Amino acid sequence: MFEATINMHDDHTAHNDVAAPTALLSAQGLCFDAGGQRLIDAVDLGISPGRCTVVMGANGSGKSLLLRLLHGLIVPTSGTLFWRGRPLDRAARQEQAMVFQRPVMLRRSVAANLRFALSVRGVPRAERKAREAETIALARLEHLKDKPARVLSGGEQQRLAVARALICAPRILFLDEPTASLDPASTLAIEQLIRGARESGATIILVTHDAGQARRLGDDLVFLHGGRIAETGSVGRVLDQPRSEAAQAWLGGRLFLTPTS
Amino acid sequence: MESFSAILIEAVELIVSWDPDVIEIIVLSLRVTLTAVAAACLIGFPLGAIVGAFRFPMRNGVIVAMNTLMGLPPVVVGLLVYLMLSASGPMGVLGLLYTPTAMIVAQTILVTPIVAALTRQVIEDLYNEYAEQFASLGVRPLDRVLALLWDARYSLLTVALAGFGRAVAEVGAVIIVGGNINHVTRVMTTTIALETSKGNLQLALALGLILLTIAVIVNGLLMAIRGTAARAAYV
Repeated sequence: MFEATINMHDDHTAHNDVAAPTALLSAQGLCFDAGGQRLIDAVDLGISPGRCTVVMGANGSGKSLLLRLLHGLIVPTSGTLFWRGRPLDRAARQEQAMVFQRPVMLRRSVAANLRFALSVRGVPRAERKAREAETIALARLEHLKDKPARVLSGGEQQRLAVARALICAPRILFLDEPTASLDPASTLAIEQLIRGARESGATIILVTHDAGQARRLGDDLVFLHGGRIAETGSVGRVLDQPRSEAAQAWLGGRLFLTPTS
Repeated sequence: MESFSAILIEAVELIVSWDPDVIEIIVLSLRVTLTAVAAACLIGFPLGAIVGAFRFPMRNGVIVAMNTLMGLPPVVVGLLVYLMLSASGPMGVLGLLYTPTAMIVAQTILVTPIVAALTRQVIEDLYNEYAEQFASLGVRPLDRVLALLWDARYSLLTVALAGFGRAVAEVGAVIIVGGNINHVTRVMTTTIALETSKGNLQLALALGLILLTIAVIVNGLLMAIRGTAARAAYV
């Protein structure tokens, strides 16, 4: 069984520190089964506040699934999630936000998409206008604010999706390949928003296939293989000197089909 | 018997002359139908949205029932409403039989399952798209229903117009509970049935032409709504 922790600034491949009191979010023995298959297997993680943790791995390794489990969108088959030291519940999700690979745009204007998030998160009415204007400016969407969100380009929609997540002022932001299939300019705009969120103190968990993006944004890296954590460490160390066979194979562009054990 | 062209000319003359009897029948038809559709939407939209946006025990049974009720035979509805509102029925004391209100009740019962079943499908499709985002934002159940209804507004207008099309063309139920009383409960469809049987084909055809015109207008509105919604990528 692989156990890993991101509660560190040195390098580890197997270290159990999930109960660390400093962890903002932690998972203990997280498993998820579907269709008779174990898709997430005994994942132990601890996410320290203020860090940007990158999750990488081949397609089908369970990255997006892990993100959904950590965010509480899917109920794990077994294992426990802790939010600030307590079992994760629905209330905890009010302090979190997620951006999906394919942005889900409500059938409303750009501004109305942001207002909806503020409304459901219970932000007082008096605050909403200022936060809306601030976030629209931050995401450079001023000229689009009255347009239907669904007519925006892919890059603009993803910028709006990130803005809608940020307007909730989340303590932790989950990003599931937010720049997949975007051009460099759109990618840069999204990365600037993510950097801004970090500077505001948000903790980031980012799923990406882009090693360059991992280096630009990430502090820690979790490498998944076959639903298990194959390796963890600082982004630079894992990308430059991968220790696990799965990470070495993936980073080297080789196929590695046998699950690590 | 007069030729078809002669009947058609007389029918058109009846329409363009704004015959007061014809106008009265049209106004009553629209009043009954629009009220019934509004009532059906008030019941059917939230009902369909709740079934579409939530999972609960026996949900599939509810969906089967809703879909089955879409095909309710109007005469059966008319008979049931008649039994309820007749002097010996449980609601006979209200004295509603042979009134426009009875016709509204019958049409509401006919149209509500159509509105609810179509709304359920529209909302379920939309919710499948929104589910993860809503879960991530922590949208509460009431907010979920309201947001889905709002975001599906163009599709729901189409649903309402489909209900209107069904109601305005209905004859079986309203003739049983309304009685087709002149100047009281006579609507376009019941008048067409009556006047055809009497051989007064001019009036029947005039009202038939008006019904067809209404159908054209409704379909034109549907196309316009779809076009507007498509331009804003709302469908």
